[in-house]
Amino acid sequence: MFGLSSKHDRTILIVATLFMLLAPVIFNLFPENSALAFFNGGYPDLMQRFAIFAILATGFNILFGLTGYLSFGHAAFLGVGSYSAVWMFKLLGYNVLPAILLSIVVAGLFSVVIGYISLRRSGIYFSILTLAFAEMSYRLAYSVLTPLTNGETGLQVYNSDPQVLAGANSPTSPHLFGIEMSSAFDINLGPWQFTFPVGYYLCAILMLISFYIAIRIFRSPFGLMLRAIKSNQTRMTYTGLNPKPYTLAAFVISGMYAGLAGGLLASMDPLTGAERMQWTASGEVVIMTVLGGAGTLLGPILGAGVIKYLENVFSKMNETLLETWFAFLPDSLQHAVVWVLSKFTGEGWHLTLGLIFMVVIIFLPGGLVEGGQRIGKRFSRRKSSGNDDDNAAASEPAE
Amino acid sequence: MDAFLLQILNGLDKGSAYALIALGLTLIFGTLGVVNFAHGALFMIGAFCAVTLSRILGASYEVIDPTKTDFLGNPAKVQMPYVNDWFGPVAGPALQDWAVPLAILFSIPVMLLVGWIMERGLIKHFYKRPHADQILVTFGLAITLQEIIRNFYGANPIQTPAPEAFTGSVDFGVWLGFAENAIIYPEWRLVYFVFAGIVIAGVFAFLQFTTFGMVVRAGMADRETVGLLGINIDKKFTIMFGIAAAVAGLAGVMYAPINSPNYHMGMDFLVLSFVVVVVGGMGSLPGAVLAGFLLGILESFFSNSSFKGWIIENLYLDGTFLASFIQGIDQIIIYLVAIVILLTRPRGLMGRKGVMED
Repeated sequence: MFGLSSKHDRTILIVATLFMLLAPVIFNLFPENSALAFFNGGYPDLMQRFAIFAILATGFNILFGLTGYLSFGHAAFLGVGSYSAVWMFKLLGYNVLPAILLSIVVAGLFSVVIGYISLRRSGIYFSILTLAFAEMSYRLAYSVLTPLTNGETGLQVYNSDPQVLAGANSPTSPHLFGIEMSSAFDINLGPWQFTFPVGYYLCAILMLISFYIAIRIFRSPFGLMLRAIKSNQTRMTYTGLNPKPYTLAAFVISGMYAGLAGGLLASMDPLTGAERMQWTASGEVVIMTVLGGAGTLLGPILGAGVIKYLENVFSKMNETLLETWFAFLPDSLQHAVVWVLSKFTGEGWHLTLGLIFMVVIIFLPGGLVEGGQRIGKRFSRRKSSGNDDDNAAASEPAE
Repeated sequence: MDAFLLQILNGLDKGSAYALIALGLTLIFGTLGVVNFAHGALFMIGAFCAVTLSRILGASYEVIDPTKTDFLGNPAKVQMPYVNDWFGPVAGPALQDWAVPLAILFSIPVMLLVGWIMERGLIKHFYKRPHADQILVTFGLAITLQEIIRNFYGANPIQTPAPEAFTGSVDFGVWLGFAENAIIYPEWRLVYFVFAGIVIAGVFAFLQFTTFGMVVRAGMADRETVGLLGINIDKKFTIMFGIAAAVAGLAGVMYAPINSPNYHMGMDFLVLSFVVVVVGGMGSLPGAVLAGFLLGILESFFSNSSFKGWIIENLYLDGTFLASFIQGIDQIIIYLVAIVILLTRPRGLMGRKGVMED
């Protein structure tokens, strides 16, 4: 129906759809007042971030996973998308549709320019060029472009803004034809409480659409060309093909994905600042994609989800909480355990992130997806009658 | 003319830091072929060596000083540094005062060790992996090191003053025959520049005039042949990694009084020093040093408002958008230069052919 080439892809898409639609239930697995409610992740804010960064990582994966060009400047497109979305709010009104469309278009144009210049070099030089462009955008947003970006204050919507499309009684927060992004409806099922936020569902639907497009790109002749670039560019030129248009197209597509993500970020919370463009933000996208598995379909989404979820859980853990958890230990031991763990939680979450990232790169170059496949293979070998189609459920790496 | 000289001098201290970091990066890259994103973290660890030593020397205990009283009339408690007990009342405070220069001695073994552990423990396993993997793993390492430092030293910048003798300024212009007070320059920055010059000269002399350096240079040119001649080149390269780490660490130690060390200073310098390496030409040691100083000076020129005003006036740009662009250009001039150089002179200023051009 969707023109998916294999049964495999259809399964992935159906599973992803079900997962995204039921996420508010799946993430709130534990009853509200139980001790494990701490591990719930079903807040609107977190789930939105999960969907948005999944879009960003999926787009990044089209560039890095398929062509092997490692861009360290993707945050610039995210920032440009956010800025253009907020400008739409300021000029036209709070409807998210024009904002998201403009953010995709502007990020696309921006990535054509940067991509055209950066793609003249490859390898480490390409990484440094994109890094330089992103740092430049970040610094310009703070200094010269202040009229456009509002400098350090960050761009936001004021009452004095024109908002020409806004009617007399249209909502005063981002909405889609009257449905406000911040609204949600709750379902209480005994001790369980599930929130179904509107903003999340918009992000989730857009994420599924972009995921579907990514599957189509992966399975298309165009995707095959991109893989050819990664595996051997020289041979590709010898066969009479010019890799340049393909890489540029991949770069622009992934830039548009980043623009979409930026526009959505602004739609969920209509203000934006230049720190979204800093190169460490680009690093985060790289980490997500590689952690999940670069070059695989599900990897980037998995990586974005895992990182955003762990970030939430680890940042919430503080010493008081840890002390109550380890209260059963003898006193001195409790203090020692809490002291060690407190270095890795709360403020120290980035330390944990760095360590996880290093461990994954060292031992699992294919990311979590490869880890899953290895475990799956071990199980199927043990059973010896394992059904190959089912266990490797994720997807095969690009190469 | 004196304003011109002053801008050059202003660019030298930052330029020296760029040059030292870029030199270390190029050493690692030239010998081991690894793109080390954790090099900025080594610079930061160096700066924190200075912090650590000044803390060790400042460690104190409380004593009751009968000659003084606090506001209630009780005998006052005074902090008594241990070094005062051990080295006497003259040498003790002097040691504390000179903590930063002394940290040079302290940091060299520390940095050599850190470099050795990094190379043997982690980077060794990444020689055969793609460059993207090397970048990623060293990027992860940089985050980890930075967060470890933040865990122990907190997120705020820590002031680490230079010795009392170097906190003043010198009237540099008088030495060169200009009018008095024309060129005032902080002494420590002058010290930093001289120090950087000595370290750079030392590294070059070491590579040029010792047998060890000769072997290393041969290994940089053709690793396989040197290995075939029965020389354990891996071992030598590991030592070079340690030396590169020590160079970055020394740059950090001496930079501590100029810019109070904080945990993300490494990341801030890392991007710039990569740009420096690329402008200088990947794998070229003199290129890295030259580009470091040039870019430092360039940045200092473009952060001077009268120089920018001069450009605007002479190009008749007053009132246009470009005028406001040039006013803010000091933030991005280095990146702009890097992009132009990368596109017009792909091998940088002094790069050799065939380095990382896959």
